[in-house]
Amino acid sequence: MIRAEHLVKVYPDRKRGPVRAVDGVSFRCEPGRIFGLLGVNGAGKTTTLRMLATILKPSSGTAVVAGHDILREPEAVRSSVGFLSTSTALYGRLTAQELVEYFGKLHGMDRVTLRRRVDELFGLLEMDAFRKRRCDKLSTGMKQKTSIARTLVHDPPVMIFDEPTIGLDVLTARTIVSFIRDCRNRGKTVIFSTHVMSEVEKLCDTISIIHEGRIRAEGDLEALRARFGEQSMEDIFVRAVEAVPAAS
Amino acid sequence: MNLKSIGIIYRKEFVDLIRDRRTLISMVLVPVLVMPLLILGMGYLTTSSVKKARSETPRIMLLGGEDSPRIMEVLRAREDVRWVPASPDFTNQISDKSLRAALEIPEGFDAALEAGEPASVRIYQHQGEMKSGFASRTLETVLREYRENVVTERLEARSVPRSVLEPFSIRRENVAAAAQVTGQILGGLLPYMVILLCMTGGMYPAMDLTAGEKERGTMETLLCSPVSRTSLVLGKFLMVLTAAVTTAVLSLGSLAVAFFIGTTASGGILKQAEGGGGLPLAVDPASVLGVFVMILPIAFFLAAAELALSLFARSFKEAQTYLTPLLFAVILPAVASMTPGIELNWKLAWVPVLNTSLASKEIMSGNWPWEFIVPIFLTNSLYAILALWAAVRLFHRESVIMRG
Repeated sequence: MIRAEHLVKVYPDRKRGPVRAVDGVSFRCEPGRIFGLLGVNGAGKTTTLRMLATILKPSSGTAVVAGHDILREPEAVRSSVGFLSTSTALYGRLTAQELVEYFGKLHGMDRVTLRRRVDELFGLLEMDAFRKRRCDKLSTGMKQKTSIARTLVHDPPVMIFDEPTIGLDVLTARTIVSFIRDCRNRGKTVIFSTHVMSEVEKLCDTISIIHEGRIRAEGDLEALRARFGEQSMEDIFVRAVEAVPAAS
Repeated sequence: MNLKSIGIIYRKEFVDLIRDRRTLISMVLVPVLVMPLLILGMGYLTTSSVKKARSETPRIMLLGGEDSPRIMEVLRAREDVRWVPASPDFTNQISDKSLRAALEIPEGFDAALEAGEPASVRIYQHQGEMKSGFASRTLETVLREYRENVVTERLEARSVPRSVLEPFSIRRENVAAAAQVTGQILGGLLPYMVILLCMTGGMYPAMDLTAGEKERGTMETLLCSPVSRTSLVLGKFLMVLTAAVTTAVLSLGSLAVAFFIGTTASGGILKQAEGGGGLPLAVDPASVLGVFVMILPIAFFLAAAELALSLFARSFKEAQTYLTPLLFAVILPAVASMTPGIELNWKLAWVPVLNTSLASKEIMSGNWPWEFIVPIFLTNSLYAILALWAAVRLFHRESVIMRG
């Protein structure tokens, strides 16, 4: 489970002064459900997810991820999280297998368990044909599969996806979408950010619309339709971001 | 901090780096092949061009001397010179190297000598041009011999023994052991080279493992792992240190082989360069070991400083910009240590790199100034720890690590 409580991230900016990239964000994600963070570029999605993955420290507020506080137990949080984004690239000079094994070792997995897990994942994701190939020689689809195997190697209860389909072709994007669904079916807590409305409609159990660092609306698709009187996600989104933000 | 995690990161960085062609070139190929080839090649070229210049019979122009048959007879008797008749454009001919030198005999030279009056001859040469220099030296030798003969004749005419001009003789005797002599010669050079090689050897991995990771987008992937940032930076630091020390050891090993070949094979290229082969060459292993021990904290310091500076950069290119001034900051004190007259003292003992170079120079010469060696080792170790601490602190700052 993820529980974010009043997360704030302030960046110093020489020209503009302090910028509140995330401004008091709170939400809950339950296991076996997909929580979608929907927002335009610069809305604060990536910063929020990076704080949950403990890559960034919040300026104030906190979150509990899989029972661990992100401020007090960042290493335990990272052990419980699989983080996938377009900015989490692969080591080009390692083979797909070496890369997945490297991250398994960093997660403290013993040799036998790791080998078994790698074989299982490579079979599941149909990666055996290129397991010995260097990552810089892989196609985009193969790279995405390797990244997925990297995030899953330690079998984390929480999965965080930061715009995982951005820049991907339709077929590779479908693989990712089906993988996210699979994570939910396995009972994992899934949070994913996107600005693609159709993905949110297809995938998310709970949708949170974030704009200028603040949550503007939250609920399942039906609840949002009822609240804004619109049918399409795009119209709902526009209405939500145009509305005056509620005081946090 | 977790030793197991540091080991995992170190091993991965090692595999990653040795698969990179650029690392292999800078860490292995350049030190093992290029540097010795460069040194031997330069030695060979110098020797062969000197040999060629010496073997040439120089064209020298004689100006004047028509009324001085005695000196003209002596000069014309030389078979190692091709005399050229006088011509007014001799300076141009020397400048365009068609003539090596010119000798001007003043009017009434023989008569002046007969009368015991002062006389002078003039040699025209192309300053800095090797073949012209050799020609001038030949002329000087001929003229000096002739002058000696004139002096002897004058002394004999006055029944004065030749020993009156040389009441006593001077001889220089070397009492230093061969190792000390070699140490004195290599003392300045060896630590300078090792320090510089440590610096250049660690540069590429330091940039690749920090700014390179940011540029390729793998830094964020790595930060997702549960390993502490201290362990991450220590694993990377050990790899940079390994690369630095490996480059230095490989370079020195191959240079030693090149030096050995140079002094023994093919007529001793390097020996000739030292001036004819009278040099007693020997290296004291204890001194070399001492120098390596002294350089270890500096190698440690440089690896940590390179890592810390590269961490700031967003890209490989930016890291290069940051590391270039550091390279100069290392070269300058290392070169200063080779300057004659700069000796180890308490003020210089605090200056990193310079203190090590000066202490190593003493050690290589067979002196072991313990009152300096121990404080310098400890001071440099402190600098190394501070630099590593700075790198670890920087790795914890998200404004640095996420910069890009």
